[in-house]
Amino acid sequence: MYDAPNLETRVTQTNTKITARGVQVYYGDKQALQDVNVDILDNTVTAFIGPSGCGKSTFLRCLNRMNDTISSARVVGEILLDGENIYDKRVDPVQLRAKVGMVFQKPNPFPKSIYDNVAYGPKIHGLTRSKAELDEIVESSLRKAALWKEVKDRLGEPGTGLSGGQQQRLCIARAVATAPEVLLMDEPCSALDPIATAQVEELIDELRASFSVVIVTHSMQQAARVSQKTAFFHLGNLVEYGDTSHIFTNPSDPRTESYITGRIG
Amino acid sequence: MTDATSSQAPAATPSPVHSSLLTQSALMKKRNAAEARFKAYGVAAICVSLSVLAIMLCTIFSDGVSAFKQASLTFPVTLDADALDPKGNRDRAEMMRVTTIGYTKLLNAQLLAHLETRGISTEGVTDKDVAAFISRDTPARLRDMVLESPELLGQTIKVEGFATGRIDGYLKGRVTRDTAALDTNISVAQLDLADLMKNEGILATRFNWSFLTNPDASDQRPEAAGLGVALIGSAYMMALVVIMVLPLGVAASIYLEEFAPRNRWTDLIEVNISNLAAVPSIVYGILGLAIFINFAKFPQSSPLVGALVLTLMTLPTIIIATRAAIRAVPPSIRDAALGVGASKMQTVFHHVLPLAAPGILTGTILGLASALGETAPLLLIGMVAFVANYPAGPLDGGVLDPATALPVQVYSWASRSDPAFIERSAGAIIVLLAFLVTMNIIAIILRRRFERRW
Repeated sequence: MYDAPNLETRVTQTNTKITARGVQVYYGDKQALQDVNVDILDNTVTAFIGPSGCGKSTFLRCLNRMNDTISSARVVGEILLDGENIYDKRVDPVQLRAKVGMVFQKPNPFPKSIYDNVAYGPKIHGLTRSKAELDEIVESSLRKAALWKEVKDRLGEPGTGLSGGQQQRLCIARAVATAPEVLLMDEPCSALDPIATAQVEELIDELRASFSVVIVTHSMQQAARVSQKTAFFHLGNLVEYGDTSHIFTNPSDPRTESYITGRIG
Repeated sequence: MTDATSSQAPAATPSPVHSSLLTQSALMKKRNAAEARFKAYGVAAICVSLSVLAIMLCTIFSDGVSAFKQASLTFPVTLDADALDPKGNRDRAEMMRVTTIGYTKLLNAQLLAHLETRGISTEGVTDKDVAAFISRDTPARLRDMVLESPELLGQTIKVEGFATGRIDGYLKGRVTRDTAALDTNISVAQLDLADLMKNEGILATRFNWSFLTNPDASDQRPEAAGLGVALIGSAYMMALVVIMVLPLGVAASIYLEEFAPRNRWTDLIEVNISNLAAVPSIVYGILGLAIFINFAKFPQSSPLVGALVLTLMTLPTIIIATRAAIRAVPPSIRDAALGVGASKMQTVFHHVLPLAAPGILTGTILGLASALGETAPLLLIGMVAFVANYPAGPLDGGVLDPATALPVQVYSWASRSDPAFIERSAGAIIVLLAFLVTMNIIAIILRRRFERRW
């Protein structure tokens, strides 16, 4: 195993970034998520934990409207990002996704060069006016993703040629490059080995300075290590939401207690 | 993390029987034998198909290669100005009055004279028999040449012209003394004369470029028939098919795969596309006849109509192949692109299409290959006609001129009576195969280029 990094787990922020009220998600006739109310803070790592199929990934995908790509999915309720309902008819999900970046479970770099992977977002959003500016964004994004040192000499090489952990950090750099306000991570470490996991976890803690980070994880240890806030989902319900230290030491709901002590799951 | 279950042993485990690993049990032997049998079936199947393919290629090549060679006569001809330009004023219109018959007479006389000077005895054959050596194609060519450059009149030039089909066949071994004895078109004495002429170098076989360039020829002169018009027709059609089918097919596939909602209508369209891919090609021919020729009044036998029909025919195949290629692109790539805020269209054009391109290309080439070899629908729109004139250039409306296509030319030659046409038919198949191989090589090269899947 590896030495678990000593990460900050106290809540230091009080600004609400995302407010969800009465969110329900249906896949066809099946209800996947029931009445979720949650306030996600800025500059905080919020972890969603829970057994498989409990709706935590579904809820995460509601936050940048990735559920729109599933034709049978239907979302009820409202999710406010800085006070604006992202499910408002006037909101273009494409514009929303530039503000709410996402990192997926499996590292999925584009089959292009490392440089192009990171530069793609800024390019399509027209964030730069010159090649020099783009170079700068690529460098700073790769630095934020703690990948710059490893790849600075081979930016032209394919992103798919990197190791799994490097690929995932490349995906984080790609998400960071569009200057998002929220970063969603769907089990970002489940395909990585312990060392790569430790690197990504350290990175998540650093990213907290600039973004509101929401992470879905299967590993309770990971949630305890990296997050300040934890939400426990069970069977499509948000069972409990609170400070990570509180949830893991003194859960108020018996289901949460059963889960974190390993009796259900 | 599931609830711990009590560790009960399953009810009936077979009790372990001690046996040596060094000897095979009866069951194991049976299983191994079954596996060996299956492998043998597979090898046998491959051997059978390979040998059939080999036999097919051998037959085609042994029959067809000779079409690329052609017996020709070479002898000096003095262009008698009195006979070819009776008025002597070198006026083109006046010279046109001398028909090919006049030239034929001249050539016949000159050949006889040449044989005499070379000391070749024409005993046993009549003058008419000797004249039968010269293809009817030769006087026509000589006439065109003289009309083109009248200053040749009075000069002695070396004429090289085709020998007739039977003589050609004798030099290639198709006609023998035995068959000649039964043939009213040729006599054994003529074959003897051919031997003498061959020894003297008057008669020789050469590589036959005109097989690739000449237009089709009538039944009387198989030696002059060539693939020129068919090649141009096929090339025009393939170019038009690519231009029409690729954008249509790819656009339809992208829409159906990435944008269209899944509902009853798209299901219906899907079923229809799959069914259209299985419709016999001749049905498309009837459709083309009814719509493009009878209704839209496009000219018959034109490569444009042929291309339209072939486009309709290949469209379903290409849509199916393209959709499969698009579907094979991992969804994680789409998620990644959408996740950084690419629009649907950007996702498709920047990420999905480049990854699907090799598959799309393969599908397109397969579709084109089947279109290239398609005969039945072209028969119905009149491309089986005897076309002796080249279509105009592609920019001069050549796609509206009558033309034939390679497979149709194969068909029409194979159905003619003279065995010389059968040889040409096999030769045309070789050209068709070469066309196909070239297309496939281009496809492979393009694939390699697109397939830089990091």
